Amino acid sequence: MSDILLKIENLSKYFPVKGNLFRKKKYVQAVESVSLEIFKGETLGLVGESGCGKTTLGRTIIRLYEPTAGRIEYDGTPIYDSAQKIAVDMLPYRRKMQIIFQDPSASLDPRMTVGEIVGEALDIHKLCSGKKDRQERIKALLDEVGLNTEHANRFPHEFSGGQQQRVGIARALAVEPEFIVCDEPISALDVSIQSQVVNMLEDLQRDKGLTYLFIAHDISVVRHISNRIGVMYLGQLVELGESYELCSHPIHPYTQTLLSAVPLPDPEKSRARQRILLEGDIPSPLDPPGGCRFHTRCPYATERCRAEQPALKEYGPGHYAACHLLEQG
Amino acid sequence: MTGYIVKRIVVAFLTLLLIMCITFLLMNAVPGSPFLTEKSTPEMIARANAKYGLDKPLYVQLFNYIKSYLQGDLGTSLKMQEGTSVSRIIFHQGKFTLSLKLGVYALLLAVIIGIPLGCIAAYNRGKWIDGFLRVMTTVGVAVPTFVLATLLLVTFAVKLQWLPTLSGSLPDAKSYVMPVISLSFYYTCYVAKLTRTSMLDAINQDYIRTARAKGVKTRALILKHALRNSLIPVITYLGPVMAGIITGSFVVESTFSVPGLGKYYVQSVLNRDYPVIMATTVVLSALVIVMNLVVDIAYKIVDPRITLTEKED
Repeated sequence: MSDILLKIENLSKYFPVKGNLFRKKKYVQAVESVSLEIFKGETLGLVGESGCGKTTLGRTIIRLYEPTAGRIEYDGTPIYDSAQKIAVDMLPYRRKMQIIFQDPSASLDPRMTVGEIVGEALDIHKLCSGKKDRQERIKALLDEVGLNTEHANRFPHEFSGGQQQRVGIARALAVEPEFIVCDEPISALDVSIQSQVVNMLEDLQRDKGLTYLFIAHDISVVRHISNRIGVMYLGQLVELGESYELCSHPIHPYTQTLLSAVPLPDPEKSRARQRILLEGDIPSPLDPPGGCRFHTRCPYATERCRAEQPALKEYGPGHYAACHLLEQG
Repeated sequence: MTGYIVKRIVVAFLTLLLIMCITFLLMNAVPGSPFLTEKSTPEMIARANAKYGLDKPLYVQLFNYIKSYLQGDLGTSLKMQEGTSVSRIIFHQGKFTLSLKLGVYALLLAVIIGIPLGCIAAYNRGKWIDGFLRVMTTVGVAVPTFVLATLLLVTFAVKLQWLPTLSGSLPDAKSYVMPVISLSFYYTCYVAKLTRTSMLDAINQDYIRTARAKGVKTRALILKHALRNSLIPVITYLGPVMAGIITGSFVVESTFSVPGLGKYYVQSVLNRDYPVIMATTVVLSALVIVMNLVVDIAYKIVDPRITLTEKED
């Protein structure tokens, strides 16, 4: 478990917002200087509220978005480095790194049959020897995600949301990847189907030794599937740790808030629990607050938090957080 | 599918019937008569009216029109080519073919040039080429056909003398150039604008990201994934354009002296040549209806999500 598959250093992604004659060109700082490592065979969960940059981080890691700055290293080889001006051709890496999107109906080309969608990647990476082999591969892939062979000739709109997401997963698996970014793969699905898909992802991981970056806004799902969890706030990583440790002993004030909002099945316990409510809105990533980005809403914010940005530091074994309060003990 | 087409044909007949009624009423609402000249006396007009049945009550005249149309008879011209059958004027004297040729070439040009221009603009969004194309297409949509036609005429026929001033019955390739360009320029620009907008819409869709994640190359991404998904609005636009391009060719046909149907249509209205007005209107309406049907069937081919027959639920 200790082999590093993917390593990112100070990765940033800004989106330009068009300025005009009277307004200067601005940037949405969607991801700001995030560093983390993903180990072979693990599932790293990534949580945070809407708009905190989880999805952007996921897409930037596999370079669907071109990073603004930073370094990405895959299996020891740099695939992007802004300082050394490295930006390798991604085609060979598209075989190794795949992504499952949030909205299954939007992420499948409506003009193509399921067979074509799954088969296209096989053609691009020349993974099959002939027509018959191609058919067999598509059949096997559909089978793997619990779809029938005859589904190959149908169009995406003829399927339910859960089935569409299975097509999306089969499509990602087609190139036999090592690493998959699961970008909120279950958020758009019915609750009854969510668990099926999560279980399937877990089974596939066990059978194929896959590594996942699992993005979700629902910490209870992430807690279930992940080995480690990273918490993001306004484009930055604020806490990172082992799943159980992070959920039972959150040390960053934002993580504590997030966890206190998870509904409990037992109403007695739920009533007894103290919910931490944050005041104010999430600040705009166009103009993020200086110092600690959380200081505008943090109940414990001090002068130092307003002035100085905290760095991510280790406070327990493998448990990192970025908060000034922790340094003071 | 067959049931759907049969249904559409029945509706098409009813539509044509309605169009005939409206055309008839409008024709008769306009003052004047095909026989009214400076020299004609009231007796002469009355005699001519009696000869062609124009003295009968209006509902009888309308009924006669419908009856003869059902028999495939489009009537005879009252004035412009007195006594000649209208179907002969439209189809056998080459008027329809001339307009159709111009129209088809103009449409082809609009599609072949317009769609790629739209793709280029969308792909290079915000860059100078996009800005250039935006200005060009906006100008193209705004400039009236007669201005463009005259400019072409002055430049290439009068000053440079590369092309003939009179295109006539389009005897050679040279004579096509200016009429086709002036006829299609507006549509080319419009198609380019339309393609750009719907292409930009498609490019931002998730399935384009999926394709990129698969490793699809940029060219295939644009042609295979984005373009196919952005053609619907363009196809919708092209159906009515086909008919419009033929009737709308009046200005172009006049400027380049092409004796086509568009020109003849307008002249027939000015001359109150009732049977000719009626026949041209019906023929062009039928063309619009057929093109709309073709467009609806083309939808089905372009987008599998569209079902032609209504669902039962």
